[in-house]
Amino acid sequence: MSDTLADNKTTTAGPTDGLAVLEQTRSAAETYGIPLAVLLEVTHRCPLQCPYCSNPVELDRGSTELTSDEWKKVLSELAELGVLQIHFSGGEPTARKDIVELVQHATDVGLYSNLITSAVLLTRDKLSALADAGLSHVQISFQGNEPGVADRVAGLKDAHKKKLEVAKWTRELELPLTVNAVMHRQNLHQLTDIIQMAVDLDADRLEVANVQYYGWALKNRAALMPTIEQIEETSRIVEEAQVRLKGTLAIDYVVPDYYALRPKKCMGGWGRQFFNISPAGKVLPCHAAESITGLEFESVRSNHSIAWIWQNSEAFNRYRGTGWMPEPCKSCEFREIDYGGCRCQAFALTGDAGNTDPACALSPRHEEIFKQAERESAGTQNRFLYRNFAGGTLETDDPRNESQDKRNGA
Amino acid sequence: MASRNINVSETSRPKLPRHTKLKFDETRQVWVILAPERVLAPDDIAVEVLQLCDGVRSVAEMVDQLAEKYAAPREAIATDVIAMLQDLADKGFLTEARESTA
Repeated sequence: MSDTLADNKTTTAGPTDGLAVLEQTRSAAETYGIPLAVLLEVTHRCPLQCPYCSNPVELDRGSTELTSDEWKKVLSELAELGVLQIHFSGGEPTARKDIVELVQHATDVGLYSNLITSAVLLTRDKLSALADAGLSHVQISFQGNEPGVADRVAGLKDAHKKKLEVAKWTRELELPLTVNAVMHRQNLHQLTDIIQMAVDLDADRLEVANVQYYGWALKNRAALMPTIEQIEETSRIVEEAQVRLKGTLAIDYVVPDYYALRPKKCMGGWGRQFFNISPAGKVLPCHAAESITGLEFESVRSNHSIAWIWQNSEAFNRYRGTGWMPEPCKSCEFREIDYGGCRCQAFALTGDAGNTDPACALSPRHEEIFKQAERESAGTQNRFLYRNFAGGTLETDDPRNESQDKRNGA
Repeated sequence: MASRNINVSETSRPKLPRHTKLKFDETRQVWVILAPERVLAPDDIAVEVLQLCDGVRSVAEMVDQLAEKYAAPREAIATDVIAMLQDLADKGFLTEARESTA
C-alpha cells in the first residue's frame, strides 16, 4: 500500500494487431494503480428529473459545489497522478457556467475530456466552444425514441427534441457521439427504434444500460423493473444489432443484475480501478457510495492529497480486495472475478454493505429478492417518483394507468 | 463524416482525428492512444507508424521510409503497415486528410 503511484504496472496483454487495450488488471490490483479515467460529478443540478437518476437521494446543493479554482486544482492533481481521461458528468455538467473553462483546463494539463450530458442546456455556440476547448467525446442520454415516452421519463417537456438537435450539432462539429439509453419496463418496447435512432444520428456508440437499482431507481423499482420476458427479448435485440451494425455502431450492453445468477463486478471491484468526485469534492469509490451510511468519505478540501485518499483512506480500504469478505464470498472461486458484486446494492437490500450482493445466486437473500422483483415487474404501478432536491415528487398524471383504466372499463 | 469507412492504400494520407490522441504516459512509461472510453497501448512499431501519420505524408512515403530504416523488403512492410492502419481506421481512430482545393 505504500508503493508510490509511479510504480504501477499496467498490463498490455498480447497485442496481436499492435494495439492492446490498456487495462488495470491484477498487477495494478496489488498496488491500487491510479485509474485511467475519473468521473467528475461537477454538479447535482439538472433540468431533468429521471426517476432512475444515479445521483444520491441526498443531493449536493449548488452552494456546496467546488469552485472553478477548486475543480481546476483537482484536474491538475489528477493529471499529475497519471489519470488520462476525465468524464465531466453530473447532474447536468453544463449547468455549471464554467464548464468551458474546466474543459479548457483539462486540455491544458493534458487530460482527455468526455462530456456526459442531458444536452438540454446546450446551444450550438456552447458546444462549439467546448469543442474548441478540447472536448473529445460527447455522450447524450436519451429516455426513449420519441417525445411521448422520453419527455415523460425525463420529466421535461420538449427535452427529446432538444437532444436530437444537440446530437446533430455534435456530429456537425465532428465530435464522436455516444447515445446513452437507460432501459426499464416502460421504455424497453422502444429498444429497436432507439438503436435505429442512434444509427440515424450517426452515433459512434450506443450504451444500452438497464437501470441499476439503488438510490432514486430503488425508490422507483416497482415502476421500472422489467419482466424477465422483456430482458430476454432485449438480449436478443441487442445481440442481433451488434452483429448487423458491426463497423457502423458499437453497442455496449449492461444487463440488469436482478435477473442474473452472478453479480456484476461493480466498478471493477471496490477501490481497484475507479473513483469519482462528488460536486462537493468527496472522493468516492462509486457514484452511489454515499448511500452507504457509516462510511466516511474524504474530501479534496481536506488536507489530504487525492493520491493519499485513494490509497489510504478508510472508505477505500474497507471493501478493497477479498479480506473483508464473509461467506459465501470468502471461499468462492469467483471472489476475484466479481469481488462480491456491488457494495451499495448489498447495503440497500440487506442493510449491510459487507454482505454478499443479493444479485448473486449464492446469496441467502437472492431468491427472496428475485421473487420480489418478479412480482413488481408484473405489477401495474407505473407512476414515477421524480428526482429533485425536494426529496422527490410523485408523478401526478399517469397516462398509461389512465388508458389501462379505460380499457378495463373503469 | 470523414472519420469512418476509409480504405487505406498507398496513396492515403492518414492522420489521427481530433478526438484520438497519441501521447506518452509518463506515469506508466508507455505510449497510449486516447479515444472515447478507451485507452489503447500501441506497440513500438505502431507508435512509429502513427507518428508518421500527419495528414501530409502518403502511406507510400511512410513505407519507403520504414523499408529504408529497417533494410526490410518494401512489400512486406507495405502489407503490415496498411493492415495496421486499416484496422485503426475501422475502429475510428484514423482519418484521412481532406483534399485541399486551395
